[in-house]
Amino acid sequence: MAKQHVTTTINGNPVEYLCESRQTLLEVLRDELHLTGTKEGCGTGDCGACTVNVNGRMMCSCLFLGVEAQGKSITTVEGIANGEKLHVLQRKFVEHAALQCGICTPGMLVASKTLLDRNNNPTEEEVRYWLAGNLCRCTGYNQIIEAVLDAAKEIRGA
Amino acid sequence: MSSDMRYEAPATLEAAVALLAGASGVARVLAGGTDLLIQMRGGRVEPALLVDIKGIGEMRSISAENGGFRLGAAVTAMEMSEHAAFAKAWPGLTEAAMLIGSYQIKGRATVGGNLCNASPAADSVPALIAAGATASILGPNGRREVKAEDIATGPGKNSLAKGEIVASFLLPARPARSGDAYLRFIPRTEMDIAVVGAGINLTLDEKGVCTHARVCVGAVAERALLVQAAADALIGTPVDAAALERMGAAVSAACRPIDDKRGTKAYRIKVSAVMAKRAAAIALNRALDRARGTK
Ligand SMILES: Cc1cc2nc3c(=O)[nH]c(=O)nc-3n(C[C@H](O)[C@H](O)[C@H](O)COP(=O)(O)OP(=O)(O)OC[C@H]3O[C@@H](n4cnc5c(N)ncnc54)[C@H](O)[C@@H]3O)c2cc1C
Ligand code: FES
Ligand code: FES
Repeated sequence: MAKQHVTTTINGNPVEYLCESRQTLLEVLRDELHLTGTKEGCGTGDCGACTVNVNGRMMCSCLFLGVEAQGKSITTVEGIANGEKLHVLQRKFVEHAALQCGICTPGMLVASKTLLDRNNNPTEEEVRYWLAGNLCRCTGYNQIIEAVLDAAKEIRGA
Repeated sequence: MSSDMRYEAPATLEAAVALLAGASGVARVLAGGTDLLIQMRGGRVEPALLVDIKGIGEMRSISAENGGFRLGAAVTAMEMSEHAAFAKAWPGLTEAAMLIGSYQIKGRATVGGNLCNASPAADSVPALIAAGATASILGPNGRREVKAEDIATGPGKNSLAKGEIVASFLLPARPARSGDAYLRFIPRTEMDIAVVGAGINLTLDEKGVCTHARVCVGAVAERALLVQAAADALIGTPVDAAALERMGAAVSAACRPIDDKRGTKAYRIKVSAVMAKRAAAIALNRALDRARGTK
């Protein structure tokens, strides 16, 4: 069957691509658009490494078809920094040593940014529950939680 | 997955039904895809046609109807929890839907998908059945209304005919002193499949006597079980300790679970009573809070 034509917005830029109807958004991002920041861990919605933001909600791009992106606005980890200038979350992840191997980091950043865009004053418990779908095998999570809380503080100007 | 799968995203329910009814190969409704895309990836289902229903307005909205609510089958768990009036009227059902997976999953997962996928452990299903929801189904032969408990028939099996779509659910009007609750037992605090789930919905009269109750348990049989004997144990009582004990015993008696890695039969039978009693206590408090006008 002919490939499907999709028109969408990725990190603020209009994007068009052709994909097979069975391809996931994760495959389209990585293999067709070469936006390899988004990672694949499990492919089954369990690890959150593939997290992207679609129209303001975070989703697992491994459980989202490329064709479903038609007309949507998508943010990936590549869209978080402002040019060379890191986003406060990225800076705080570095400062707090909230990453080691880095495989979980793009998903953690997109998920944390989605949270802080909704609520810039979350409790520690809210951050932990919000990130329950993002697994990290390296850090033990505490540094990640601290980085997110610290970033929230800076955003609030506190 | 088959390589030449057709994907359609119709704007109306009628068009979606026509596509499904006219399909020659395997056709599937795509809601949030959190069950279906995994099944496709694993090769368990290879659709020739996917009909994405998320562009159909009436399936995506929550609206007032006859004093109750019309809940679109493709409304996500997150959207339910963000609808203040709905979440206030049906806290148990809303919390049950919000137990589904991580926040990434809750932003995609729908109650229609949870029900039609027909996992015996589906979290929103006992709460939906306890709520007395009626599904409105559209198919090639027109509309029909079916109680939520008559949709799933066994693991992965439902009673929908070819071309039929669950369009929405009607949640009945809430009498003044009513409350619902859902609890599940899992060994972790998040991201796990229910060993047992229990949904309770009850109404009290002015004296605090229970006049209406529905008790439904999940993960203890091939599908969620609506236990009439358990409801009968609550009706006519003030939902005191003695009534809760009798209700729990009726729940345990109705269970016909399997042994699996999550729990043994004996364990599930025992825990079903515990979960049902605790959920009933929460539902009771919610009904009393409403009676006092505090919530
Ligand atoms: C990481 C992860 C964690 C999860 N955790 C939980 C959990 O804690 N509790 C739980 O209960 N489930 C859980 N699930 C399972 C799943 O998320 C839920 O069952 C969800 O509600 C399915 O909804 P959906 O909209 O994604 O359905 P889909 O995958 O789109 O559809 C499921 C099935 O139902 C059919 N269908 C969907 N909508 C309709 C309709 N309106 N009419 C007719 N047929 C329809 C589809 O064709 C398909 O066969 C989890 C899944 C993942 C990936
Ligand atoms: S790769 Fe998508 S959740 Fe793991
Ligand atoms: S830094 Fe390695 S998985 Fe999180």
